Amino acid sequence: MTDVTTALAWLPDFIEPLLTWLPIWAQILVSSLLKIVLILVPVLLGVMYLTFAERKIIGYMQVRVGPNRVGPRGWLQPIADTLKFLTKEVILPTNANVYLFIIAPMLSLVPALAAWAVVPFLDGWVLADIDASLLYILALTSIGVYGILVAGWASNSKYAFLGAMRAGAQVVAYEIAMGFALVGVLMAAGSLNLREIVLHQSGGLFQWYWLPLFPLFVVYFISGVAETNRAPFDVAEGESEIVAGFHVEYSGIAFALFFLAEYANMILISTLTSLLFLGGWLSPFDGLDWLTELPVIGLLFGNGLHWLLIKISLFLLFFLWFRATFPRYRYDQIMRLGWKVFIPVTLVWILVMGFAMFYTPFGHWFH
Amino acid sequence: MIFIAVAVAIGVGAFIAGWYLGQPSRPDADKNSPYECGFEAFEDARMKFDVRYYLVAILFILFDLEIAFLFPWGVVLEKIGRFGFLAMVVFLTILVVGFVYEWAKGALDWE
Repeated sequence: MTDVTTALAWLPDFIEPLLTWLPIWAQILVSSLLKIVLILVPVLLGVMYLTFAERKIIGYMQVRVGPNRVGPRGWLQPIADTLKFLTKEVILPTNANVYLFIIAPMLSLVPALAAWAVVPFLDGWVLADIDASLLYILALTSIGVYGILVAGWASNSKYAFLGAMRAGAQVVAYEIAMGFALVGVLMAAGSLNLREIVLHQSGGLFQWYWLPLFPLFVVYFISGVAETNRAPFDVAEGESEIVAGFHVEYSGIAFALFFLAEYANMILISTLTSLLFLGGWLSPFDGLDWLTELPVIGLLFGNGLHWLLIKISLFLLFFLWFRATFPRYRYDQIMRLGWKVFIPVTLVWILVMGFAMFYTPFGHWFH
Repeated sequence: MIFIAVAVAIGVGAFIAGWYLGQPSRPDADKNSPYECGFEAFEDARMKFDVRYYLVAILFILFDLEIAFLFPWGVVLEKIGRFGFLAMVVFLTILVVGFVYEWAKGALDWE
């Protein structure tokens, strides 16, 4: 277990004197809870406003204005949506397995939130700086697929069942490509700790892994889109053929939890892509001292949380952009892309990396 | 650990809140029956489904195990050096032979 000073790290200074009257374990507990709140509140707000951003951005891409009635220019829309979800009836279908039916939405939301425990936001700004943080994230994101499968099975409805089967096979296929892409990152960084992986990329735009690991970067992000069942890989929902897929029988808050989980996973995938391939909080101008030492703008050009946020937003914009641009893939095309394109590409690139590291003078390129 | 507990609490809490804040349940036979385009469900949804889903699941287990082997290997690659790399090349070659066989057999084709 951690001691009090590490538990208090990166919390504001005025917190510490407020807690001194508590026993040690309670101090650790309270400060950890504070940090969890500091992480989860922005994540949940991000999820809420991502739904709003999606409707607005796709609206403008299709020459509409998107939601604009609730609040100034529609800015209160996500809050109205939340309230509406909360006050609607949760229908339990007669044929459903009641317990599984209720557990399924929680099963998909909980891992999507719990994965944030090991995500570093700045050097040292992480709740649990564990050595195997990448493994932890891989494990938790894999649990998410159970939520979908259990939901489809428990609903005992044909559409839900078909959607769940499709989603299961697809997520599983792309998880392999994703895992191989991660192996490439591990070879380059030599660590499973996300903070160390980011620090290993320091030294400016061209030291980040997107350049030497470019094929893996592309494969990882596209697999991420497929893992979250987003367009153009959204056959699991496929509203024109199987209505809404695995969550067709869900209503009210139970449906909202699936919705939350999907968007939380989108943000998580964007964050991970930024951390693993685009240097996380590192600035692209890192190493150009004359720029970072400028009086005020120097702070902007230096490393900081704002760079991480910019990168996450960029990837989220890609998610929305894909949905506005591409038609839905056919299912056999999806499976072909996953098994016959992505897995060979990643395998070959891992071998190329290993070969270059040991038998050519270009090895430093991959470190 | 605490984080997982909090995440569970949020999930369960939101569900309970929605359950009690939601409109009172007014069950009726049509509303609670499984959805099937407006008419009554023909049969139970526990039906036959394509065996290829099983095939994908089995292939997934194979490759996921492979990744589980590659993870620790990638971390210590710098320490085990050329020998470690070549050992993994042998291992991957065997797996690639299997992969090529699956491909040729059409296990990866969907239609």
